[in-house]
Amino acid sequence: MKFYGKGLPNLNPKDLLGKLIVIEGADGSGRSTQIRLLTDWLEGHGHATVNVGLKRSTLVSNELATAMQGNILSPITLSLFYATDFADQLENTIIPALKAGFIVLADRYIYTLIARDLVRGGNPEWLFQLYTNIALVPDAVFYLDVAPRFLIERNFQKNASLNYWESGMDIHLSRDIFDSFLKYQRKMKAEYRQLNERFHFEIIKGNRLPRAISLEVQMKIEKLLTE
Amino acid sequence: MGNLTKHNCKGRLIAVEGLDGSGKSTQIYLLKRWLELEGYKVFFTEWNSSLLVKKATKKGKKARLLTPTTFSLIHCTDFADRYERQIWPLLCAGYIVLADRYFFTAFARDAVRGCDRQWVMNNYSFATLPDITFYFRLQPKIAIKRILDGRPTLKYHEAGMDLNLATDPYESFGIFQGRINDEYSKMAKRFKFQIINAGRPAEEQQKLVRKVVSEQIDLPAFKLRVRGRL
Repeated sequence: MKFYGKGLPNLNPKDLLGKLIVIEGADGSGRSTQIRLLTDWLEGHGHATVNVGLKRSTLVSNELATAMQGNILSPITLSLFYATDFADQLENTIIPALKAGFIVLADRYIYTLIARDLVRGGNPEWLFQLYTNIALVPDAVFYLDVAPRFLIERNFQKNASLNYWESGMDIHLSRDIFDSFLKYQRKMKAEYRQLNERFHFEIIKGNRLPRAISLEVQMKIEKLLTE
Repeated sequence: MGNLTKHNCKGRLIAVEGLDGSGKSTQIYLLKRWLELEGYKVFFTEWNSSLLVKKATKKGKKARLLTPTTFSLIHCTDFADRYERQIWPLLCAGYIVLADRYFFTAFARDAVRGCDRQWVMNNYSFATLPDITFYFRLQPKIAIKRILDGRPTLKYHEAGMDLNLATDPYESFGIFQGRINDEYSKMAKRFKFQIINAGRPAEEQQKLVRKVVSEQIDLPAFKLRVRGRL
């Protein structure tokens, strides 16, 4: 494996024997379902698998949750809090698992973090430097592409409500959460499209039956594992 | 990449840097008292003191969960919180902001811990360079002695124990401080530090500090215009 940038102190990426597979996509694009299906499939085939995701680090996840509730952090502080959470999981979960030859399934990665900040007017060069220096290049990134109007339906089916942050209510695109969600998700989609030019995702049509999507992803992963 | 620039706000930013035990906190305290008593708009901020981030930092340090990378990022987060909420708005509002340690502390410590210098500098590049940076220079030997004489239990990260420099905390602290000192020396010229000989008597140092401040900052422009108590 390799890093996008200079990497972490005291680590030779050649020691990482496992595979890092990332699933990206908006809320309601079916990421968690896909991760569940993939975990079953991989474990069924005898591959040790570990799941990671954003906001799950022991170091800062509680503080991050508090901050999100009160909306009390300024934008750069919030970006750095997320970067800390990412780095903590990278070093304490992802890298040890990769050293042990596990397959790591990541529910979102640096791309979501970068896209969210870009939509909020963050400085692109600052963000790229912040994340790419320390991030490993995944073996594959699958982006579940679902049109915002379908995302809305799926979110309502799941929760019967729209999430404040996933609707971008903090950036005041509209006072109406429904309208704001559509506008925000369109902006996010445009950012992912930009990021794709730089980071090269596998774009997967997400508005299909979960099994069908999983089969497509499995075929691609199988190829990766036999390489 | 890692482009550090200077603000053009009405306010002025004065930072102090130096080894633990160099006496910089005393000096900036005395500077603050002087400016306050003269009736200037002053705000004081200290390294590693944002309330929300502090909880996480404390937990990380206690459980030794921190790696050089997360150590660097969490301190940068703490700094950003203070910067975005206080330092920057106050500079815009025309305050004299006094900072007990600024991003140079992070540049020195994180480099010693093996983080990439350019990466660290980039992470902090949202913040302005100070108008004046006082560097309280003292031989590491003397700084170490001052600390060890006064406060014999050293904290794990403070002694740089995470770097495995030595098994004895005192010895580790000594080596760690020596390396930090080297980093400061490298930065002194590039960032135009105002070097103060911290081996001189405190009164003498303070006199020099006040002289530099009154020469480089048009102090009368910073008089509080609000009369009476609020």
